[in-house]
Formats: sequence, structure tokens, C-alpha cells
Amino acid sequence: MNLAEGVQIVSFCILSLMMIGAALGVVLFENIVYSAFLLGGVFISIAGLYILLNADFVATAQVLIYVGAVNVLILFAIMLVNKREDFKPLPNRLLRQVTTGLVCFGIFALLSTMVLATPWAFSTAPAAAESSIVIIGEHLFSDFLLPFELASVLLLMAMVGAIVLARREYIPDEILPGLTRPSGLTLPERPRELLTLTSGGKGDLRNQKPASSTKQPIDTNA
Amino acid sequence: MHLQLQAFLVLAAALFAIGIYGLITSRNAVRVLMSIELLLNAVNLNLMSFSNYIDAQGIKGQVFAVFVITVAAAEAAVGLAIVLSIYRNRDTVDMEQFNLLKW
Repeated sequence: MNLAEGVQIVSFCILSLMMIGAALGVVLFENIVYSAFLLGGVFISIAGLYILLNADFVATAQVLIYVGAVNVLILFAIMLVNKREDFKPLPNRLLRQVTTGLVCFGIFALLSTMVLATPWAFSTAPAAAESSIVIIGEHLFSDFLLPFELASVLLLMAMVGAIVLARREYIPDEILPGLTRPSGLTLPERPRELLTLTSGGKGDLRNQKPASSTKQPIDTNA
Repeated sequence: MHLQLQAFLVLAAALFAIGIYGLITSRNAVRVLMSIELLLNAVNLNLMSFSNYIDAQGIKGQVFAVFVITVAAAEAAVGLAIVLSIYRNRDTVDMEQFNLLKW
């Protein structure tokens, strides 16, 4: 075993330990903020594993997109819905968790035996001489052109969908006499009227405001 | 002793199992989304290791991984928007109370 392989194996062990530990922390921590930061640790260690697999471009994309965008988005979501609530205890919670753990361990054992028992057809060809960025670019603009364009359409649809889902609904009420309708580039919206939901009886709404005072935005983090 | 394909695959399987555990047991909706991200990353790790060890010449697995990263970003955005909308309606992020469509 020469020096390069030793370095590879040692860094693989360190990265995999980091990844498994951080993933367990994501799942098992009670505080969700710790979970979000450990999720960043998982993404960073996976980027390191990608570098071990000769994939520099995808490792960069992993750091940029996952750590830079997805993790920050999750942190923002935690900030927006950060309400300290004690979940109602479920019956047989421990039993459920133990059963799920057993099932997941079974999945892991099944996949591992499958992986170790399959004779993989390793390629004997040496790795490509040119950089992986060049090859990925050639793929994206020759034989993966249609999925590439579809991905852009998908991103556009996701953007529009996220905006439509997350913005508050505009409920037009009667036009007040002194109030002119907003025109131009302003977005006509105001906070949703929470009072209409209480008639269902199931919603546990805290701040039930009278209908006359719905002009100011309802602070959901109050 | 080479660093083998099987090591990466077993690692990805472990990450996948952890993600499924978190997906089923967690009650916070944001943590469910984080578990889905773990699952997608396990799949990506599989694709990348196959691309390196089996298809080293034309690295199609890396292209697939790029597409999966794209879809994961879109999924995270839409999923978090859905969580935010549900939180605004029901005033909780407890998964056990999101039973509006359950028979």
C-alpha cells in the first residue's frame, strides 16, 4: 500500500464517520436548529467523498447548492416556523421508534448483503484524461440536452409554485369608500383572515382577532 | 488494499437507512424534509460511486447526480413553502396533526 492509497483510505474513514455521525445527529437531536447545522455537516462530508471519487465539479455543486442554498433555506424555514411547542405524546411512541429502527436496520442489512454479494462489472478502462467539467458539459449539450432543458423548466415551475404556495392569500373584501385600490406594481395582498378557520372546530388557533382588526399583519411568531 | 466500490455503496445504504428512520419517526415537518434530503444524498452517493468505478470514461453518473441535485433544490423550495402554508393554516408543525386528507 503506497502513500496515496493510505491517504485515500484514511480520509474515506474520517469522512464516512463524520457523515454517519452527523446524519444520526440530524435524525436524533431534539433541537431542530442543531439538526439543521448538522445537515450542513452531512453535505460537506458528502462533498469530500465526491472529491475522493474524482468528481470535482459535482463536489463544488454540492457545496454550492446544498450547503449554500438548501441548508440556508431550511434554516430560514426553521426561523419562520420557530414555535416552541411540546408535541402531544403519542401512545406507544417508544414501540414505534424501536420498530422503525429495526425495519431500517433490516433495510441496511439487506442492501449491504446485496452490495457485497453482487459481482460488479468493474471497468478496466482508466479514468478519463480530460477534466470532468469538460465531459459533463459535453454530455449536457449533446445526449442529455432534453433533460437539461427540462430541468430549467422544472426550476421555473418550482419557483412559481413556491411563491404561490408561500404568499398569503388575497381576500378581496368590499371596497372601502375612502380606499383606492392599489395599482401599478404593488402586489395586492394582505394577511389571510384567520377567523374563518375557527368555524371548523379542529384548528387550534391562538390569536383569534376580530374581523375589524385584520388590517395589520398577524404576527405568526408572537 | 484498494478503496473499493462496495465501501461507498455500504456507506450510501447506511445513509439511506438513517434517512428512512428520520422520515418515519420525526414529528417536526421541517425535519421530515431534512430526512428527504438525506435520502437524496444517499442516492447521489450511489450514482457517483457507480460513475467512478464502472463508467469511468463517460461519466454519466455525474450528470445524473447533477440532475438529482437540481430536483432536490426544487423539492426543498416547494416543500418548505408547503410547510410554511400548513403552519399558517394549522398553527403547528406537528406531522401527527396534518391529517386533513386522511380518510
